[in-house]
Amino acid sequence: MVQPLNYLKESPSQTAGPYVHIGCTPNFTGITGVYDTDLGSGPMANDKTRGERITIKGRVIDGSGTPLRDAMIEIWQADADGFYNSPSETRGKADPNFFGWGRCPADMVTGEFSFETIKPGSVPFNDGRPMAPHVTLWIVARGINIGLQTRMYFSDEEEANAKDPVLSRIEHRVRVPTLIGKREGDVVTFDIHLQGENETIFFDI
Amino acid sequence: MKNTVPETGGFFARDREIHPPAYTPGYKTSVLRAPQRALISLEGTKSEITGPVFGHNMIGEFDNDLIVNYAKPGEMAIGQRIMVHGRVLDERGVGVAGALVEFWQANAGGRYRHKKETYLAAIDPNFGGFGRCITDENGYYAFRTIKPGAYPWPNGVNDWRPAHIHFSIFGHGFAQRLITQMYFEGDPLIWICPIVKTIPDEEAIKRLVAPLDMNNTVPMDMRAYKFDIVLRGRRSTFFENRKEGN
Repeated sequence: MVQPLNYLKESPSQTAGPYVHIGCTPNFTGITGVYDTDLGSGPMANDKTRGERITIKGRVIDGSGTPLRDAMIEIWQADADGFYNSPSETRGKADPNFFGWGRCPADMVTGEFSFETIKPGSVPFNDGRPMAPHVTLWIVARGINIGLQTRMYFSDEEEANAKDPVLSRIEHRVRVPTLIGKREGDVVTFDIHLQGENETIFFDI
Repeated sequence: MKNTVPETGGFFARDREIHPPAYTPGYKTSVLRAPQRALISLEGTKSEITGPVFGHNMIGEFDNDLIVNYAKPGEMAIGQRIMVHGRVLDERGVGVAGALVEFWQANAGGRYRHKKETYLAAIDPNFGGFGRCITDENGYYAFRTIKPGAYPWPNGVNDWRPAHIHFSIFGHGFAQRLITQMYFEGDPLIWICPIVKTIPDEEAIKRLVAPLDMNNTVPMDMRAYKFDIVLRGRRSTFFENRKEGN
């Protein structure tokens, strides 16, 4: 006999369902008067936030090519200097004017989501090598049984992307572009494909 | 948040066997929305072991009271009064302090307050159907609501959802992010629900079924249901924070 390890098991995931908006973005679905604003809505940067202003927008697209109109997307990112506004950030203090987290429901007609934010700085990988600037995304919706985790890198960071420790370990190089947001001016477009030839890379983190 | 050294360890690998797979044809909507390629394994980096922390000051006085938070002054939502309470723990059994817990549900008749909802059950003018709270230093949370009704949904021609409450939980790292559903002890619909049955492991399903908790039931007022939620655990960093070369 040995001592029991006594670890608990994570609670199983269940789909967010079609009415995730009620709980997470009630004002968006027209239920007003309970929360002043929807958590994570609105611009992620204020006047004092350091960094280059960008808008990240895109759609989540199913296996028939149809954009999901009931998805909810959350974003988590570092500040302009590569620091996270989190107690687990021990390398330095993040910009107090940048929370770094946002939440956006897909538009009920077009399926588009968008985040007005800043471009993040580089964050080191676990071995100290720099990772190229990226944002972390979490996608839930009706029909998605467990939240999907992915990253978006930036098309204007070709050199950094080429050296990125995460991108460079992806065996099927043809899939790497599914993680790169296309930057045109201040807008970065990132469509997330759940299936098909261009299926986005999702991570088991 | 506790006033202790922040935790920086990586998270335990997620046990995918206890979670539903992406592709579950019994739940038809998953068919076109399930990624088909293997997930790429990535040990968490700073980008995933960090996460947003929400302050207690964002919570309104009635955010955890669904009986009154949408009701007209002096009125209440219709239905069986219940309290749902429990702890947010991690896989080490440690209470997760300062965790934001959001919840939403149908009303007593099984009807949601949503633009796209078409079920013929009546809307309760005094019930919004959502709330939130932040766990205390021990990971404890509690809210008051009415017991939601079961309702039919378009999947099979006669599929019904068991009574349930949706939960969205933030831990301390973005990799812990979780959405799940709580069911009620004794509901026969649990075991024939195509969404419940996306979870392959019966023991795992049972961990989503809240028991009636008579100890915390308030006499002549409301029954209690106890629902603990477990988020991923994280490693000790005892041997990981040394300077290079040591």
